[in-house]
Amino acid sequence: MPIITQAKSAAVVVDEAKCIAEKGCTVCVDVCPLDILAIDEGRKKAYMKYDECWYCMPCEADCPTGAVKVNIPYLLR
Amino acid sequence: MSGSDPKTEIIETDLLVIGGGTGGPMAAIKAKEANPKLRVLVMEKANVKRSGAISMGMDGLNNAVVPGYATPEQYVKEITVANDGIVHQKAVMAYATGSFPMIQYLDKLGVKFEKDGSGEYNMRKVHHMGTYVLPMPEGHNVKKVLYRQLRRLQVAVTNRYMATRLLKGPDGAIAGAVGVNTRTGEFLVVRAKAVVLACGAAGRLGLPASGYMFGTYENAANCGDGYAMAYHAGAELANLECYQINPLIKDYNGPSCAYVTGPFGGFTANNKGDRFIECDYWSGQMMLEFWRELQSGNGPVYLKMDHLAEETISEIETILHTNERPSRGRFHERRGNDYRKRPVEMHISEIGFCSGHSASGVWVDETARTTIPGLYAVGDMASVPHNYMLGAFVNGGIAGADAAEYCAGVDLPAYDEGFLKAEQERVLAPTRRGDGLTPFEMEFKTRRLVNDYLEPPKVTAKMEIAQRRFAEIRDDLSELCARDPHELLRALEMQTILDCADMAAAASLYRTESRWGFYHLRVDHPETDNENWYCHTMLYKDEQGRMSHRKREIDPYVVPVEEEEMAAYHQLRVKTPVAAE
Repeated sequence: MPIITQAKSAAVVVDEAKCIAEKGCTVCVDVCPLDILAIDEGRKKAYMKYDECWYCMPCEADCPTGAVKVNIPYLLR
Repeated sequence: MSGSDPKTEIIETDLLVIGGGTGGPMAAIKAKEANPKLRVLVMEKANVKRSGAISMGMDGLNNAVVPGYATPEQYVKEITVANDGIVHQKAVMAYATGSFPMIQYLDKLGVKFEKDGSGEYNMRKVHHMGTYVLPMPEGHNVKKVLYRQLRRLQVAVTNRYMATRLLKGPDGAIAGAVGVNTRTGEFLVVRAKAVVLACGAAGRLGLPASGYMFGTYENAANCGDGYAMAYHAGAELANLECYQINPLIKDYNGPSCAYVTGPFGGFTANNKGDRFIECDYWSGQMMLEFWRELQSGNGPVYLKMDHLAEETISEIETILHTNERPSRGRFHERRGNDYRKRPVEMHISEIGFCSGHSASGVWVDETARTTIPGLYAVGDMASVPHNYMLGAFVNGGIAGADAAEYCAGVDLPAYDEGFLKAEQERVLAPTRRGDGLTPFEMEFKTRRLVNDYLEPPKVTAKMEIAQRRFAEIRDDLSELCARDPHELLRALEMQTILDCADMAAAASLYRTESRWGFYHLRVDHPETDNENWYCHTMLYKDEQGRMSHRKREIDPYVVPVEEEEMAAYHQLRVKTPVAAE
């Protein structure tokens, strides 16, 4: 069967003004237990790539500039 | 991902630890302390800095055996009673005697425990009989402390490698493991003299009632890899029908947490605000009373704190909203939940395997050895009951020290190259397809069927339907498609979950009685049958590759338990409900 994609809302929000991924920072991507964050190759900013967040918060706690905010996924709110 | 030959690196070590959460790092640390020359490698699916059940720390020790408050004998008795007698007491005793030295060791490394004015540990009572809870209001740094010690002792670490299968030598002893990088799809084959499995619970087995696949109680990365690897290697797994089912914050699906709030005066209440259980310590019997209350019309069930003083509530908030699951506070805020004004709605979780709170797992003896020479298991996936975080540390330490000694007596075993090739093909098969079924939908369907057919109250005919439906999903694996390494990670996890689902069904069908309260409540075998089932049930893969079972006698107790004491946990319901205030 062919595979389709479907839109999802992102629970993890990155403030791009604060994110310093363009300087080589990958802390939030490194610490995520589910490996759901990535650096956008074009914009050089971190973002939530997969809808698999356990809302555990190391990404937010370890971000050196306070750019990451973990929200409770909509299905659980 | 293309269909070319897999990139494979083969490395050698003495001890391989699979899983860098709680028990795994401690196994590595204690192996290195036993023999600094030993080569020790930790293979971790995520990143050791923040992986596992305690990625954000822990709010307390739930099973601390501290001199002056409890003896190892008292603890062994309590855990025996809480598990209807089906325990390997020697392993519980090994934990209990190692408990206090481990607390002192962690304290020395910099983990913070609550102390009173004179520097004594500030113990609290939550269990039915004894006093075993030690709060950790500043317990958020546990992972940092562990990581520092791993670095200090020069333990090697490989992050973002998922172990997929164990390797065995010609004589059946352990020979290492196959790992695959979850970002590149490249293989890392680790040859080792001994392996410690420390992969955590099977926490992605049932589907949360919210329908959100990653809204689990356990760290969702802990999906049962260790159980599946041990099973396929031929190890025996014990009492898997004794599920983990927890009383949790509804929808958030995390601990609310009665162990923290209980000593401050919070308690589990029904919709009338009345207490209905005498003790909030998690056991199968406690969950049965919880479930009955939900069925009775007195539900929902709440964690009640609104009768407490402001200073007490502030203290509770500080502990619960900065440790273990700090997003609890964020969840409550959005719902308008305030501990001062409104009790927290709770619910029964989906099922899983986890000896941390229950009693099932890969069988280990008092030295953390499994039934395969050179293979150890620790933490939530090993069969030592009610182990919690401290149990993972203690048993991890026991495994590390024992494995160091084992390594000294063996040469690096050869491994079967044909097996490795076949395993690489199995791993990569989903990447060879351009389209098909996604890991997401195959996992969702498996877990939805787990809820429909395996949740207690257990019904024989329903569990047999589950087995047929799981077999259909197994046939559908030929269509499973992974378009990148991340999807491959989920595709492999999905197969682990399916293995665990099959084990949950088979184990539950084998034990034809009811035991452990709600955990193994079989409607068509409602009585506890001590004549036939006062034993461990062992599940294993036989020589023909079939899922098989046998009974294992319970070893003579090292701490005797009187008949009337054995029933203590069966009388948890409050006799005449009394008003809360």
